[in-house]
Amino acid sequence: MDLNYTADEVAFRDEVRTFLKEKLPARLSTKVKAGKRITKEDYELWHSILNERGWLALHWPKEHGGTGWTPIQKHIFEEECVSAGTPRVIAFGLSMLGPVLIQFASDAHKNTYLPRILNGDDWWAQGYSEPGAGSDLASLQTRAVREGDHYIVNGQKTWTTLGQHGNMMFCLVRTSTEGKPQEGISFLLIDMNTPGIEVRPIITLDGEHEVNDIFLTDVKVPVENLVGEENKGWTYAKFLLTYERTGIAGVAFAKSALDKLKRVSNSQTQHGRPLSKDPLFAARMAQVEIDLKAMELFNLRIVAAAGEKAPGPESSLLKIKGTVIRQEITDLLRRAVGPYAMPFSPEQLDEGNNEEPIGPDGANPLASSYFNNRKLSIYGGSNEIQRIIVSKQMLGL
Amino acid sequence: MHFDLSEERQMLADTTNRFIADRYDIKVRHANAKLDDGFNRETWAEFADLGLIGALLPADVGGFGGTGEDIAVIFESLGRGLVVEPFLATGILGAAPIVEAGSAAQKAMLEDVIAGTTLLALAHGEPDSRYEMASVKTRARKTGDGWQITGNKAVVLNGDTANKLVVSARTSGEDTSEAGISLFLVDATAAGITRRGYSNVDGGRAAEIMLDNVSVGADALIGSEGDGHAILEATYAKGVVALAAESVGALEVSRDITLEYMKTRKQFGKAIGSFQALQHRMVDVCIEIEQARSAVLLVVSTLDEDRHTRELNVSAAKNLIGRINRLVAEEVIQLHGGMAMTWEYAAGHYSKRLTMIDHQLGDTDYHLQRYVDLAAEVA
Repeated sequence: MDLNYTADEVAFRDEVRTFLKEKLPARLSTKVKAGKRITKEDYELWHSILNERGWLALHWPKEHGGTGWTPIQKHIFEEECVSAGTPRVIAFGLSMLGPVLIQFASDAHKNTYLPRILNGDDWWAQGYSEPGAGSDLASLQTRAVREGDHYIVNGQKTWTTLGQHGNMMFCLVRTSTEGKPQEGISFLLIDMNTPGIEVRPIITLDGEHEVNDIFLTDVKVPVENLVGEENKGWTYAKFLLTYERTGIAGVAFAKSALDKLKRVSNSQTQHGRPLSKDPLFAARMAQVEIDLKAMELFNLRIVAAAGEKAPGPESSLLKIKGTVIRQEITDLLRRAVGPYAMPFSPEQLDEGNNEEPIGPDGANPLASSYFNNRKLSIYGGSNEIQRIIVSKQMLGL
Repeated sequence: MHFDLSEERQMLADTTNRFIADRYDIKVRHANAKLDDGFNRETWAEFADLGLIGALLPADVGGFGGTGEDIAVIFESLGRGLVVEPFLATGILGAAPIVEAGSAAQKAMLEDVIAGTTLLALAHGEPDSRYEMASVKTRARKTGDGWQITGNKAVVLNGDTANKLVVSARTSGEDTSEAGISLFLVDATAAGITRRGYSNVDGGRAAEIMLDNVSVGADALIGSEGDGHAILEATYAKGVVALAAESVGALEVSRDITLEYMKTRKQFGKAIGSFQALQHRMVDVCIEIEQARSAVLLVVSTLDEDRHTRELNVSAAKNLIGRINRLVAEEVIQLHGGMAMTWEYAAGHYSKRLTMIDHQLGDTDYHLQRYVDLAAEVA
């Protein structure tokens, strides 16, 4: 056993650092580090820079334009990106749909959609949750009825993250009501410009527009847009969710947030010394750092064991631990700025806004970010659902 | 020992609760918060007519209450409605220093406060004072017939709409010494004052206030020169009673909304409230809310005791409330799933208020340390 990076891995890390130094636009990293709003164009720009280097599709095999990296390389890459302040890679096409297509779809689908994902031609939205089907996803009611060469789709999807940018949506639909609910679900690719689709914003408690309701009324979807087999969608859906969960551990995000916490707490004074030296606050920071260090290795053990395969129910363990740690850090960040967590000036999160910040620089989004990050333990299967998965699939309970 | 409210207090509670229930639903609350002032002046006038501002103040300044119990009864109701009107800024933080130590003329001004026509704010915290009460860099220099005040004040609750400010300024001593802080009643539009108002995360408003050689008369001083710290402590004590009681109101509504959701939201073919994993957590929430109510009773009952006893209970209450508010605010969102993450649904707004209460008048850690220090003083 050796927990240090090998010489090759260190060389890889240096290569990534050099790339980021040369290619990451300062305008983007400044925005990301200041917690400003990242636009669709910002995301697309960053995707195209990564794609040019062949580093966009982390989880795809090489023959489809992926990196073919080892789990350790992926980990190094993600960590360097977050620490340099890159925008996120939007997961829907790259980390969710892509692996499903590679695993289950026809060559025609692969040849059509995979290059379009890499080139940024499509922005994919996720049509999973419904108002009545959240934790109990399999009870979804959006119906797709076959009529000749088309499915006619009716229903409502919700919590569609960044769906306002989407031109395509992968969607779980009910094609049969026979047997168990899981057995009548199909996986459809829907062009969001088809008549009958309406995207309505959901404003979250931090005042932001990140998620959406999507209403589908008599939407005509060509039969060839079915992925894999009819009524086998649940298998694909679950496969996709294990990928979603791995990312959710968010080790790199947690480390970067912890660095920020250390900076902020050094600049604040309590009882006549820096907040970082305040015994109570220092203890809270130390505890979360200890948790994080162990979780980082936990994450690496799981992804290394999975190798090229999709991670199993172990990803649920990572999701729970990772989200709890990230939420704890955002809680401490909010506390760290004391009374200055109070001001709410969302207009200052726009790039063009040059108003002088209220209170210490960077304090403004911290309370909002704390509230926003409550979602971590809810989305991608709530942490309660993850516990049920673990107790059933790993513990045999 | 008994825990019943007196008949008068019960009437006060009923009046306030009825107004909130009938006239102040979440839509009204959001609409009021969205106004430029961050609250509704007509609603404020109605609250004044109902006697709710007067109930926060004692008879010698024209009020008809002002005890810890009065404060607790009213703020619990306000918490139920997430009321954004400036009760804390005007009725407690602004008025208490004058009740405590004000001159006859200053006390006479409180009649307009009770009538709802004068708004107050306490301009005490500073950009780098955090929660430290004794940290005051703002200076007041003696002039021929008064004072000249210079300094910056931070996150002054409702400071943008206040007509008069209670400003803390150092008249002697080091930047962090308790002795040497003086309080002044200053016209908010006096020459040399600049105010930058903004919205708060939880719906109210606050302001950064810059004072540049603001001249006030000798009669602006509240109490004796250099003795402001004790007045501030007594003021914050009432403020903590208010925040703790407000928390109890907001906690109970949060609990009720969540219980209702757990009984009606169905997944896997049954109400989510039938799952033990969720049931047990909800029980813990209920236990903690009872603890919060007890914390209010404890701090109310010691409000008129000696300074040490009072302050020990103030810090105990604020620490406990901070912990409970966080637990319940987070559990309420989690138990709802995505629903309480939305602006449209009420529960998330209660969670926001409960969370931000920890950023007012000292947070959980600040008061835990203060409790430890105060407890050590006796031993």
